[in-house]
Amino acid sequence: MKLRLHDLIDFARGAAFLGTGGGGDPYIGRLMLGRALQKGGKLNIIDLADLADDALVVAVAMAGAPAVLIEKFPHGSEAEHCLRAMEGELGRPIDAIIPAEIGGFNSAIPLVLGANTGIPVVNADGMGRAFPELQMVTYSAYGGTVSPLVLTNEHGDVVTIRSKDNHKAELLARCLFMQMGGSAQICCYPMEGRFLKKYAIAGTLDIALGIGRAIARGRSGGDPFEELLSFLASTEHYRHSKVLFDGKVVDLVRKTGGGFTSGVASLSELDSSDASFEIVFQNENLAARSGGRTLAIVPDLICILDRETAEPITTETLAYGQRVKVLAVSAPDLLLTDIGLRSFGPQAFGIDEPYRPFEE
Amino acid sequence: MAGRQKDKPASERLRIGVDVGGTNTDAVVMGDAGVVSWFKTPTTDDVGSGIVTAIEHLLSENALSHTAIGSVMIGTTQFTNALVERKKLVEVGIIRIGLPATASIPPLSDWPRDLVRSVGQHIHLVGGGYEFDGRKIAELDEDAILKAAQDFKGKGLRAIAISCVFSPMSAAMEERAAEIVRREIPDARITLSSEVGRMGLLERENAAILNASLSRLSGRVIKSCSAALRRLKIKAPLYISQNDGTLMGVERAERFPVMTFASGPTNSMRGAAFLSGLDQAIVIDIGGTTMDVGVLARGFPRESSVSVDIGGVRTNFRMPDILSVGLGGGSLVRSCPDGAITVGPDSVGFRLTERARVFGGDDLTATDIAVAAGIARIGDPAAVTNISPELVSEAVKVIQRAITDAVDRMKTSAAEVPVILVGGGSILAPKDIRGASRVLMPEHYSVANAIGAAIAQASGEVDKVYSYDLLGRDGSIAQATQEARAAAVAAGADADSLKVIDITELPLAYIPGGTVRLRIKVVGDRRDLSTTGVG
Repeated sequence: MKLRLHDLIDFARGAAFLGTGGGGDPYIGRLMLGRALQKGGKLNIIDLADLADDALVVAVAMAGAPAVLIEKFPHGSEAEHCLRAMEGELGRPIDAIIPAEIGGFNSAIPLVLGANTGIPVVNADGMGRAFPELQMVTYSAYGGTVSPLVLTNEHGDVVTIRSKDNHKAELLARCLFMQMGGSAQICCYPMEGRFLKKYAIAGTLDIALGIGRAIARGRSGGDPFEELLSFLASTEHYRHSKVLFDGKVVDLVRKTGGGFTSGVASLSELDSSDASFEIVFQNENLAARSGGRTLAIVPDLICILDRETAEPITTETLAYGQRVKVLAVSAPDLLLTDIGLRSFGPQAFGIDEPYRPFEE
Repeated sequence: MAGRQKDKPASERLRIGVDVGGTNTDAVVMGDAGVVSWFKTPTTDDVGSGIVTAIEHLLSENALSHTAIGSVMIGTTQFTNALVERKKLVEVGIIRIGLPATASIPPLSDWPRDLVRSVGQHIHLVGGGYEFDGRKIAELDEDAILKAAQDFKGKGLRAIAISCVFSPMSAAMEERAAEIVRREIPDARITLSSEVGRMGLLERENAAILNASLSRLSGRVIKSCSAALRRLKIKAPLYISQNDGTLMGVERAERFPVMTFASGPTNSMRGAAFLSGLDQAIVIDIGGTTMDVGVLARGFPRESSVSVDIGGVRTNFRMPDILSVGLGGGSLVRSCPDGAITVGPDSVGFRLTERARVFGGDDLTATDIAVAAGIARIGDPAAVTNISPELVSEAVKVIQRAITDAVDRMKTSAAEVPVILVGGGSILAPKDIRGASRVLMPEHYSVANAIGAAIAQASGEVDKVYSYDLLGRDGSIAQATQEARAAAVAAGADADSLKVIDITELPLAYIPGGTVRLRIKVVGDRRDLSTTGVG
């Protein structure tokens, strides 16, 4: 696929949608990518199918609390610094990089690195959405190892974590994120092409762009929600989607701590001020409930959009009084297998409730 | 309340609302019973003499003494217009404190090119800034700030914008930087990002830069407003309307012109609510060049829930959700070679009364079409009898389609809603609009904006740090709300009309004990304005 400067607004909007409220402000990612392309950077995006079986690929992301990124964004040198340190750890050059997370800010970070260094970027990711923890990625769920996990920050500090246990590596990294000011650049999950062909979620860079374009199309004539729902139905991963609620935000409890922005948004019907719908979030939207009944739950995507323009609203820009529509979208198949649900299901977020597809 | 006021002489309650628009300066005198009188005069380049003309006319027409005026409220779109037209802006010296972080997106990154040229590219990124937990990213690089200040001084810059990572948590580094700059440039007009915005470095920094670039104009305009009152010998307090429909004093207005950006649409919608007695409706304000469409919900403009671009720059002000369309009374009407008819977006603007055909000019404007079609009666109808009926009916269709589309885009459901027409150009609108349950053009429709300024509300705000562990979240919010209400009442608000319009919680994760910076703003009708009509 090709991604040009004039596509970035649509691409970022699609990535924000797939962020399901989290994944960090895609606006910041878009500006970083725009600057990289303006400075003459060239993107080489390759399809998953075209990856050599023995190609060495690593996942690239920024990790930590997304709320921090709207204030403190990167210096710009962290990612390449991180990639070179990873090559040092592995003792050989890396053939391609792959996004860990298509949702939000992290869709852009591998592309910025690709544009700045010329290294190929694989058109796929490991979540098909956004998740708050490093091991919540198909690369981990299906047997990949996060280590060596290399972290860098704007000061040029480099830390490598090696652990046999992906979750433990994640916990160790979280302490470092806090020390590094809430977020850090990471390279991790050294993987082979043949592994990714089975366990990466293919084509999601394309789909993000398609989602953004569908919304834009709907705005210029027609209905952005109709365009969006019909585009989603045409994709391989997001076949079911529907509007769960239409109303406004009447209360918002939000706290930042332990590396997460978590809380609850209460919504009411437009002509009422009584909360009748709530969304629980921990960086991403986890569950949508109404009258004690769960209407949609992770790993299905719960997306809050401006009710007029269908612009995705992230948890950090969610505000009292906003008029919104809430969409539920089915998660990619790799997240819904027994293996997938162990890593991405409600229990992984401490919610004692079985996963039930929202469309049932 | 009303009983107490009856003891006062009636003259004490008169208020004057003024709207200084791009084309006209409208003034209105209001008393307890509503609008006493209004007057429209062309806006003058210096702003002040137009205000003097309008108010002088009102005073003499109604045989009022300058001492009869209790307060004067001025709303102005001068600053928004200057930004949109890229005029009267000054170049800005920009300091961002945050290195080594944030260099990947320097200031002005997402600005329109022509506006970047207007503010210049005098950018210094310096070491410093805060982490989310209050630690420092780096020590403040005072040497770099001094170098920046010397650079600005050498270039003759006076308008300075200073931003800093996480300055809403602590403004200390921005304040220290301002001190250093002021030592080099004693007459610098400095805007700190922490004074004009909330979380979100880019948006807050944008607001600070816009504010600084308007600082010379704001000095001129606000001084000119004050001077106008002095010339009229009016000693009553002068207030300027701000974005949320409340008022600020002149000193604050001069320092923070960005706070007036949305006051135009806010005032016209509040004025429309007042005049029509409706609190749920769509308001169409048609001027000489543009038509602004907004939604009244419970008597207030519906707010935009997405970041608002002002003159192409992203900010995070709370703004009314307004759809602006390039269609007004002065819009030029043209036939294209392919037979299509276009109306606008270019306009003869304030020259309508010399250039439109009904006023003896040569240009074919939307107003001429409305007169030819018999929708409006203004000027000399004989001057438009020679326009072909096909052209007239096509152009009317184009205008009506634009209005219907705009109404449809702003509606929240398919149900029909009342539409209120205000503004001088609203004579263009047809008397029935598809999707409207009814179309109202209330009395005094052409000065709704000035009326909105005159009935602007009083507000109270609290911005304090609370411990949720100590008081609980609900307890903290209740206490802060109580304080904000008291402040609003002290500022003249009627306690029964108070509404919370903003609750912002900012957890200060670095202090233990669930410490949160809580900002609550309440607004209410002013007690001295005991008119019915709204709600």
